[in-house]
Amino acid sequence: MTFSQIQAPNSYRRRLLFPLLGFAGLVLVWDLSARFSGWDHQVFPGPLRVMAVLGELMAGGVLLQHAVASLYRVTAGFYLAIFFGIPLGILLGRLQSANLFINPLIQFLRPISPLAWIPLSMLWFGIGDKPAIFLIFLSSFFPIVVSTTIAVNAINPIYFQVAANFNFNRGEILRKIIFPAIVPDIVTALRLSVTIAWLVVVAAEMIAVQSGLGYLILDSRNALRMDYVMGGMIVIGLIGLSLDTIMRILGHLGAASWNRMDT
Amino acid sequence: MEPDGYLIPMGNIEIRHLYKSYPNRRHQPRSSDEAGIGYGDQIPVLDDINLSVSDGEMVCLLGPSGCGKSTLLRITAGFDGPTDGSVEINGRLVDGPQADHIFVFQHSGLLPWLTVRENVELGIRHLKDPRARRARVQEQIEMVELEGFEDHYPRQLSGGMQRRAELARALAVNPDTLFMDEPFSGLDFLTHMKMREEVVNMHEFIRKTTILVTHDIDDALIMGDRIVILSGRPAKVEMDRTLGFDRPRDFERQPALNQLRSEIYLMLGVPYAV
Ligand SMILES: Nc1ncnc2c1ncn2[C@@H]1O[C@H](COP(=O)(O)OP(=O)(O)OP(=O)(O)O)[C@@H](O)[C@H]1O
Ligand SMILES: [Mg+2]
Repeated sequence: MTFSQIQAPNSYRRRLLFPLLGFAGLVLVWDLSARFSGWDHQVFPGPLRVMAVLGELMAGGVLLQHAVASLYRVTAGFYLAIFFGIPLGILLGRLQSANLFINPLIQFLRPISPLAWIPLSMLWFGIGDKPAIFLIFLSSFFPIVVSTTIAVNAINPIYFQVAANFNFNRGEILRKIIFPAIVPDIVTALRLSVTIAWLVVVAAEMIAVQSGLGYLILDSRNALRMDYVMGGMIVIGLIGLSLDTIMRILGHLGAASWNRMDT
Repeated sequence: MEPDGYLIPMGNIEIRHLYKSYPNRRHQPRSSDEAGIGYGDQIPVLDDINLSVSDGEMVCLLGPSGCGKSTLLRITAGFDGPTDGSVEINGRLVDGPQADHIFVFQHSGLLPWLTVRENVELGIRHLKDPRARRARVQEQIEMVELEGFEDHYPRQLSGGMQRRAELARALAVNPDTLFMDEPFSGLDFLTHMKMREEVVNMHEFIRKTTILVTHDIDDALIMGDRIVILSGRPAKVEMDRTLGFDRPRDFERQPALNQLRSEIYLMLGVPYAV
């Protein structure tokens, strides 16, 4: 529970107003520093210039195309990571021996930045969507496995005794105990890993592909268009913000918030 | 249906020569009487427990904290195995938890992601007819007076209501035996009194074999058909007495009951009933 949830009824308005004020402040600082930095606007474009460029990019449909390409890769890699990561995490959480066997391996692979895999993934998967999706998969897979394992380990053993008392079979233990018990933790983990995935996709697109927001930025740099670069950065930030918001809303659904007192 | 003469007694429990020990996890002995016990040695918790509970009886299990009451109850319910000895319910050896011996946990065992209705339904989820299932759930919920809270989640209920919901869930199965581990722990005084009365009334009404662990001597004397007192660790049965007193019980009006109460206080190391 955060403070904003215990606050007075006007907190809803504040929750909209304060972030807007924050953004307005940022734009103001940007504008002032661009004007008075003494740098050429080719090197440090101001907000007005970047907005105009964004409009241009949007009108041409280029921006949408790049954004969709990036989102597609993130979604594909992310779903793959969920599809393989959650079952593996449950297995590790439930089977002591599997945990002893695989956990050190995962802890060894986890600190290797997904970006370190770029050379190998390009060699294995060539150029195009596949290496990028592979990198996203790697970046999300390990955090998802680890958080799922931890969440399963943390389930109150009484619930398994209740299950045994009411003669649950394996499927029922999975569906009625394990899944609902770990959903809140999983949603939190997904929220964190989608942010990482979004970071990684931009980096991956600077190397392996000819589309996506990362490519847009790299291509604009080569053309020395810093206004395009900054436009790309803004779009990346906005999409990241939306992804995080979506995951947060997901976290407030009934199934994911049985452990919270405020609903 | 069984012919009358062949009615099999339901819910009788036979505990024979039950021993339980746990490996020691301490490196230093806790006190001088544990001086000979080192790390990894077995610490005896239950020491030759023999108990025979007949059908429909409510047995209240008393004993000092940490003596092994929960352990005895868990083994009887099949959640834990004995080191030696055996437990039989209805002539069948207990070798694991069973849906007809329901355990009510010391701390809430309600599944927090299910509503009261869904929790109560757990034990009868195999009933084919959804209408019969619903009716059964409703009946139990009304019995513990939780009408109107069917769609609440456990966290939205008070502690006493949670205990009642768990009781409803246990009764919905129509189990032959009920195990309750300190079902009133954590309740305020008034709720405790009310719940105690409810459990007594319910037991009068349905007559399920019940073993109830408590650390409250008055609870045991007011509720039990029989009272069993364990000694300190390793636990032996120190007292096993059938309580023939009329109900409702009252310490003021039943001097013999009051007498027994003083006796038990003395036995558990408190010189007078406070
Ligand atoms: N899983 C276990 N491993 C090791 N020792 C255990 C285990 N479970 C219980 N014990 C020990 O057995 C003894 C009896 O425990 P138990 O929980 O049965 O006591 P209790 O009589 O229910 O106490 P209380 O009244 O405080 O609930 C305790 O000393 C405890 O340390
Ligand atoms: Mg106990």
